[in-house]
Parts: sequence; structure tokens; C-alpha cells
Amino acid sequence: MKITYREALRQAMHEALAADPRVFLMGEDVGRYGGSYAVWKGFLAEFGPERIRDAPLSELGFVGTAIGAALGGMRPIVEIMTVNFSLLALDQIVNTAAVYRHMSGGQFSVPVVVRMATGGGRQLAAQHSHSLENWYAHVPGLTVLAPATVDDARGMLRAALADPDPVVIFEHAMLYPMEGELSPDWEKADLRTAKILRAGRDVTLIAYGGTVCKAQEAALQLAAEGIEAEVLDLRVLRPLDDATIMASVGRTRRAVIVDEGWRTGSLAGEIMARIMEQAFYELDAPVARVCSAEVPIPYAKHMEEAALPQAPAVVAAVRQLLAKV
Amino acid sequence: MSDPQLKPVGLPAPEALALLRDMVRIRRFEERCADLYGQQKIRGFLHLYIGEEAVAVGALHALGPGDNIVATYREHGHALVRGVSPGAIMAEMYGKQEGCSRGRGGSMHLFDAKTRLFGGNAIVGGGLPLAVGLALAEQMQGGSRVTAVFFGEGAVAEGAFHESMNLAALWKLPVVFCCENNFYAMGTAIERSESQTDLCAKAASYNMKTLRADGMDVIATQAAMRDAVAQVRSGAGPVFVEFQTYRYRAHSMFDPDLYRDKAEVERWKTRGPIHNLSNRMKAEGSLTEEAFLAIDAEAIKEVDAAVAFAEAGTWEPVEHLAHHLYTVNRAETAR
Ligand SMILES: Cc1ncc(C[n+]2csc(CCOP(=O)(O)OP(=O)(O)O)c2C)c(N)n1
Ligand SMILES: [Mg+2]
Repeated sequence: MKITYREALRQAMHEALAADPRVFLMGEDVGRYGGSYAVWKGFLAEFGPERIRDAPLSELGFVGTAIGAALGGMRPIVEIMTVNFSLLALDQIVNTAAVYRHMSGGQFSVPVVVRMATGGGRQLAAQHSHSLENWYAHVPGLTVLAPATVDDARGMLRAALADPDPVVIFEHAMLYPMEGELSPDWEKADLRTAKILRAGRDVTLIAYGGTVCKAQEAALQLAAEGIEAEVLDLRVLRPLDDATIMASVGRTRRAVIVDEGWRTGSLAGEIMARIMEQAFYELDAPVARVCSAEVPIPYAKHMEEAALPQAPAVVAAVRQLLAKV
Repeated sequence: MSDPQLKPVGLPAPEALALLRDMVRIRRFEERCADLYGQQKIRGFLHLYIGEEAVAVGALHALGPGDNIVATYREHGHALVRGVSPGAIMAEMYGKQEGCSRGRGGSMHLFDAKTRLFGGNAIVGGGLPLAVGLALAEQMQGGSRVTAVFFGEGAVAEGAFHESMNLAALWKLPVVFCCENNFYAMGTAIERSESQTDLCAKAASYNMKTLRADGMDVIATQAAMRDAVAQVRSGAGPVFVEFQTYRYRAHSMFDPDLYRDKAEVERWKTRGPIHNLSNRMKAEGSLTEEAFLAIDAEAIKEVDAAVAFAEAGTWEPVEHLAHHLYTVNRAETAR
């Protein structure tokens, strides 16, 4: 069955609210407005204002409130409109949610789910186009997810709610209208493993969130040239699934990481380091990466396109790797 | 004969004695902490509550065992009054695994699930949103717990304070905001940080009931807190209570205390919370000097036992570094 990413999120949220009275959704404009990405239309009428809770413009306050509610026995899903505004709530996520269990010697777990949109590509300029997933993936105590497929949009929320510790979910804003085939596998969505979306023997394209479809696009182009690219969707940014990454790289002996974050201090850099540590002798070429240009994401369409990782850049990186052999 | 200069205690003798005992327990415990810091048994940051005991004692005596407490890094007193074992508190400060946070928190992060002490938070203002959330959970579950959150007047300048006050008042949540106004945030006097130094006026702008109490008088702090708790438990929404108090010691053990007048400190010392109550009780005949000395001796004994417990405590193996990071244990290691 084909559904959109948005519809998959709706089904997941509906199921969660119907299944557990402790679950509630809180955030700016999740209720009356219907969600800033029009994901929650109709939810307020069905579940009421207590459980589809519009919050004032207080990212620090309401994210901290969700964390407290989780400590108090609820299962809050707190929505921050976008990662850009999550910087105002970073304190509560990093200094409270992530540390409470360890710092209390195991006494207080924080079963909160924090979801937010991320990424550029819509000409919204620098303050609305950040990709800061790596900031969160840096923090022990958090689990960080990047659903890139309708299967994960449908399945990951259930797994996140079942997890007794804080989970942060990033939804790339370009994905909401994307259509995809919902496979029966969606129910198996876990919070641990990466997934091979396309098998190939010549190179592994490692991507997550918004860059997964770009990697797939690149793989199609490469296939036309006779180059078989494997596409690996990280899915989970913390903890990284080293085993799946190394197994794939071990087979293809080459890897290109496609990451919408800026290169410096990026997740791509972390993955490269792990491949160095764990699979150096399997490689036929240095690992490459395609990241965002190190500038604030500009407004003008051609400039924004030039700043973000695109399929042609991935194709070019792969050609270069193969040429080096 | 009662002294007309002294306010009546106005409480049955056993209740007043319980308040007095807890203030003395905190005082003796913290004096020993300062000694142990000098001996390097306790390390890191250590913030003493000496002078402010009437606030935690009065406030916590107005709460029930089911209520939630969120405190700051100056929380030894809150933990002791709440009933956390003194040995576990001391062991925590030593960094031993018998500590109430298994040695992972130290002085600033005392936790105790049993007594619903949700930390010891060392981010100024960081506990406020958390408390609002605990209160929201309570409201949504139809329970009757009150959440009391303690914070210094310094936190009033933080965005977290304003966001939390607004959310709690907007949603009529069962939380008591307990502002421990000791007039200094480290070296910054309140006049140098607040455009409006009348904190109740500030809080009232959130459409919230406010109370101000003499934080050197445990009878007054308890009475104000009882008022606040009654209103909050009735479902009428949050209350802000300002306790005006003073810390006699430096901000932390690193602070040379250069920013305030010695005369000012001495002036506040004449209002000491322990003498404030003991004098009144003696004047009314509900306390003798011998009884007071017995309370003191007992407090010292409790501290001795706590220190012995901490000394006998053990160091957690470093192989446990990543334990308690996630509930479901993962292969992930700390390195
Ligand atoms: C967000 C944040 N900023 C700065 C600090 C450093 N700091 C620790 S305590 C303190 C003063 C706080 O004063 P107040 O809130 O009045 O509490 P008090 O120490 O007087 O009890 C400061 C600035 C901190 N811990 N957290
Ligand atoms: Mg202060």
C-alpha cells in the first residue's frame, strides 16, 4: 500500500494515543492549527485539548514540562516545530533528560519522546534550515532517530514510546509529502539497527533522514553507468549500528557518507572514524563524504541547492573513489 | 513568663520541637561537611545552607510524604528533612556507591525516589520546568500530589522561571514555587540583577497568588507554606512563595566572600533561625536548655554515624561507568 510519510506519522500517533492513556502530544500549534506541517489535523477533535495540548512559545518551558511529566508517570510526546527552535530547549534535553538516570544512580528514567522537523531545501534561509542531528547524537543518555522511509515514519514512534529513556526523533521537513510503499516490515521498526535499502557491490552510500532519497537517486544514476551502489539508511543516529555499517563496507570496500550537517564535527566524520577503526584493511579507497557547504543555508534557490548535498555530488564522489583504484 | 518582645510560637510543643530538631540536624550536618571539605573527604562544589534552615524545614514540614520535591544544588537540608538517610547523603558527598545517587551526583545532585526527591539540580532555574511537568502529570492523572520546587532569587532572572510560571498558571497546575531569596546570586546582589526587586510583584503578573514569609522564622515559613499547599491542593492553581533569608557562609567553598559587608552578615546572624525558635520556646516554657542540648547532642550523634557510614562505604568499580545510562542495558560502553 502506498502512503505518504505524513499519513504514516498520523497513523503512528493515532495508534499511540488510542493505545495508552498516558500518551499525550504537546507542542506549539499541534491542536487548533493542526500541526505546523499539517500532520495533526483532526486530532484535537478526537482526543481533546488535554492530550493534544497546545503550548505557548516556550520551548525550554514545555520541553522541560514534558520531561517532568515523564518523570511523573506520563508518556509525553513533545513536538518542537523545528530543530532550529530546539536550541532554546537544549538545556532541558541535555542537562536534564539525558543525565537524570545516570546522575541519580539509576533511580529516575525519563520516558519522553521529543520529535522535531529538521533540514533545509525549502528556501527558508539560515534560521529555518539547520541540520543539527549530530548535536543530539553526541549526547550519551539519548537515543536519536531519523526516520527516512514511510516504514519508519509508521513504526518508530511505537518503538520510541516503548523505550523507557529519552528518544529524540528527527523528521526531515522535505519528507512529509513523500509517498512510499508501506511494507509489512514496518512493525519491526527497532531503535538499534541500520538498514540496507538497496543492495550493491561497488560502493556503500551511507545516509540518514533527508539524504537517504538523495543517495537513492545517486544509486539510480550510477546503476545506469554500471556501478552498483548499496544504500544504507542509518535510521538510528545514536547508537550507531557499527555492525551493519562494517558488514556493508566490508562487502563493497568503498563508502561515501551523505550528511546534510556541516562537514566539521559532523556525523559523517564520526562514521568515517569508526570505519577507520574497524574496517581500515577492508577498504580499497579512502572513505569520502558529501556534506553541506560550511555556510549558513542561503535563501536563493540556486544558492541553497549548491549548499546542500545533492545526488550529482554523490555520483561525482563515487566516480572519484572508483577512479582511484 | 513569656517575653512580650517575642512572637508566640503558636504551635503545640511537639510540633515546634520537630521543627527545631530538623534545623539543628541540618546545621550540625553542614558544619561537619565544611570540616570534611577541609580534609578533602568531600570534593567538588559544596554549597552550604547554614542560615537558611528555616526555609526548607518550614516548607517541607507543610508537605505530605506523597508530594514531589525538586531542589537546587543547595539541597542538603531538603534531603535531610525529607527523610533521606543521612548516611546515604554523606556517602554521596564522599562519592561512595552507598550514596543516595550511587556517587554519581555528589553534593549538588541528591536524589531519592522513595521520598520523591527529584534532585538536586545544578542548572540555575533548571528544576522549574521539571516541576511544572510533574504537576502536569499529577493533574492529568487526577492525583492529589503537590510539587514543591525550590530555587534561589537568582533563578528569577532566567527564562526558565518565566516560562514555568506562565505554564503553571495557564494550566492551573498543582505546584508551589518556593523562592529562597537570600539576596545574592553568588556575588551578585539582587539590586544588581533585577529591574523589579519585589519578587512577589513579579510573580503576581502571572496571575498567581503570592505569599512572602520571613525566612528566618520557621513558624512563619511553615505557616506560609501550609497556606500555599492548601490552595494548590484544592485545585486553585499554583502559588509563589518568597522566603526572605540569608546565607551565613560563602556561596561555595571556592568563594572568598568579598562582595558583601561583614556588618551585613553579622546583622543577619542576630536573626538566626535556630535561636529565633529556641528563644521563643524557652520563653514560653516549652523548651529547657537541657532539652536543647540534648537535641544538639543527638544531631551530632547522627552526623557521626553518617560519617562512619560514608567512611565505611565502598568505591564502585570503574567497570560500572556506563551502568544506569540507559534502562535497557546496551552493548554501548562508556569509551
Ligand atoms: C544556568 C546557570 N548559570 C550559571 C550557573 C552558575 N551559578 C551557580 S549558582 C549561581 C547563583 C545562583 O543564585 P541563586 O539562584 O540566588 O541561588 P543561591 O545560590 O543564592 O541559593 C550561579 C550563577 C549555573 N549553575 N547555572
Ligand atoms: Mg540567592
